[in-house]
Amino acid sequence: MPRIPIGEAFETLVDFLRVEWKVFFSALRSIIESVVELVEFCLGFPPYWVFAIIIAFIAYKRVGKGIAIFSVIGIFVIEAMGMWDATVSTLSLIVAATAIALLLGLPTGILAAKFKPVSSVLRPILDLMQTMPAFVYLIPSVLFFRIGEVPAVISTIIFSMPPVIRLTELGIRQVPEELTEAGEAYGSLWHQMLFKIQLPLAMPTIMAGINQCIMLSLSMVVIASMIGAGGLGTIVLTGVSTLKVGMSFEGGLAVVVIAIILDRLTQGRAPKK
Amino acid sequence: MSKLVAKNLYKVFGSHPKRGVKLVREGKTKKEILKETGMTVGVNDVSFEVEEGEIFVIMGLSGSGKSTVIRCLNRLIEPTAGDIIIDGKNLTKMTKQELIKVRRTSMSMVFQNFALLPNRTIVSNTEYGLEIQNVPPKVRREKALEALKLVGLEGYEESYPDQLSGGMKQRVGLARALANDPEILLMDEAFSALDPLIRTEMQDELIELQQKMKKTIIFITHDLDEALKLGDQIMLMKDGEVIQIGKPEDILSNPADEYVERFVQGVNRSDLLTAADIMVKPWTTIGIHKGPRFAFAECKKYGLEHLLVTGEGRTLTGTVSIDAIKEAIEAGESTLENILKTDEVNRVAPDTKIKDIIELTLQSSVPVAVVNEDEKLLGVIIKGSILRALMTGRGDEDA
Repeated sequence: MPRIPIGEAFETLVDFLRVEWKVFFSALRSIIESVVELVEFCLGFPPYWVFAIIIAFIAYKRVGKGIAIFSVIGIFVIEAMGMWDATVSTLSLIVAATAIALLLGLPTGILAAKFKPVSSVLRPILDLMQTMPAFVYLIPSVLFFRIGEVPAVISTIIFSMPPVIRLTELGIRQVPEELTEAGEAYGSLWHQMLFKIQLPLAMPTIMAGINQCIMLSLSMVVIASMIGAGGLGTIVLTGVSTLKVGMSFEGGLAVVVIAIILDRLTQGRAPKK
Repeated sequence: MSKLVAKNLYKVFGSHPKRGVKLVREGKTKKEILKETGMTVGVNDVSFEVEEGEIFVIMGLSGSGKSTVIRCLNRLIEPTAGDIIIDGKNLTKMTKQELIKVRRTSMSMVFQNFALLPNRTIVSNTEYGLEIQNVPPKVRREKALEALKLVGLEGYEESYPDQLSGGMKQRVGLARALANDPEILLMDEAFSALDPLIRTEMQDELIELQQKMKKTIIFITHDLDEALKLGDQIMLMKDGEVIQIGKPEDILSNPADEYVERFVQGVNRSDLLTAADIMVKPWTTIGIHKGPRFAFAECKKYGLEHLLVTGEGRTLTGTVSIDAIKEAIEAGESTLENILKTDEVNRVAPDTKIKDIIELTLQSSVPVAVVNEDEKLLGVIIKGSILRALMTGRGDEDA
């Protein structure tokens, strides 16, 4: 069996894109950079205790008392460990990555639900995005976007977007046929069908996708720090590489705290009256 | 002109529907086509006409193609061939925009499993059809409330569908359809998911609503009793084909084939046949001015104990008994006027159901008289004719 030079072909492709698509990548880079900066500015603006109050209020409204109390205690503990700034920069990265993933993923999911061929083409691509080890696309994304937060956001998006697409598609497909039939029988236009029937009914499933997207972004925190994303990932990584067990534990604990808060916030749909 | 006409409708599911239709027209059977091409013939040359203001029931078992037919009528399923003409306009030739307009304004559909949006309140569900037409919120709310009132759901406006029972949910489905004020209602097994008591209640209410609002209703069911109760006309379907179209009585008394006959066997006839169906010619009557001797002879001739007495223009005036006649002869009376009893005879209207008559015939030996609004005697019902009707389904064949 002769060796097929797939690896070489990939290298050639990366080199080609780096040179020929330079303008595109640097434009993309500055867009993402400004998104992250904007988010970081917004999140970093209020002091930690104001932040804690806001989160507690939202948690109380959306989910319940328990998680509101947990949020306040959690955020105070993070501050007490001296990690509030690192947490804000990690949060910004996650929020930016999630926002972009939703912006791309929701319409893609809708298209996949509406058009069978789109779905067929997407499926292997999504498989690839979810299972290709993150380190494999870490280096190319550094080559394209240079070291820093941008390649970290890109890598996070690649890893976390598939559930948004998959669950949006699934949610829309699961809407009972009788309901879409009813929509059609009463003369709904396509956008009325989408916004008045399909999306509202698919919402619980779509929310599960958003929730998964956030959780997967969080799991990329440490890996992302290897290519220059700051925040909690850097703390964990530094702790591990310098054998400071306590330091890495503190960083990890902070990640867990914000993971729990974000999970509960996006999981519980506000109950209907 | 008929409100809705379906002309030679075909629906073939599969890769080359048009070719499927050609094969059916060439005389191939459904089975042959499935075997040779893998295509399913869902609807095979179905034609019917629905008059304005009537309930047209399409009846058949599952797989008979009835649901496909009703979906062809508003093109939820695109017919492969054939025409659907509503008020003289051909629906199958309409553009997408024209079709949407028809769906929004002239035809509403009620679904078997209600198809209510679980995230919307009852009133908001009812408004849906108007909402997508961009009717101003105030106007559509008003119309929705009116429709809910019509189906007896006042007070539930702000509830959610999952808080309502099946019967109430279907009322919402009906209200949603009525809110659009369509001319035609398509009801797809609308009551099939309801339990029997609620179902009967809904049937009665539908008939009542229909009489009030004069909508044209196409109603799908697999239940013959329901079909007979609701239908002004019934179309029986099997394997995508029409077996018989006719009035309920036609279906009962002249089943087109064995298949229909098997269906009809299960029906409780006393629910369906009316006095007019089973009455016989009133030969046991006598004019009021006839003498008692003639009356006595008549009684003897037919072996009767009672005679019905008629007055001017064959109106029923009362009865005389054989004992009274004997007394009248002895007293030397010349007419029956003095011995006439006016209160012993049971009078029923021609559309009275047999089940209500049975009891009357058991109560007295006087035959039950069938009279119209002017008291004119149309016929009489004797015990024998009821029995015969219940056993054969035909009461008037020898009348």
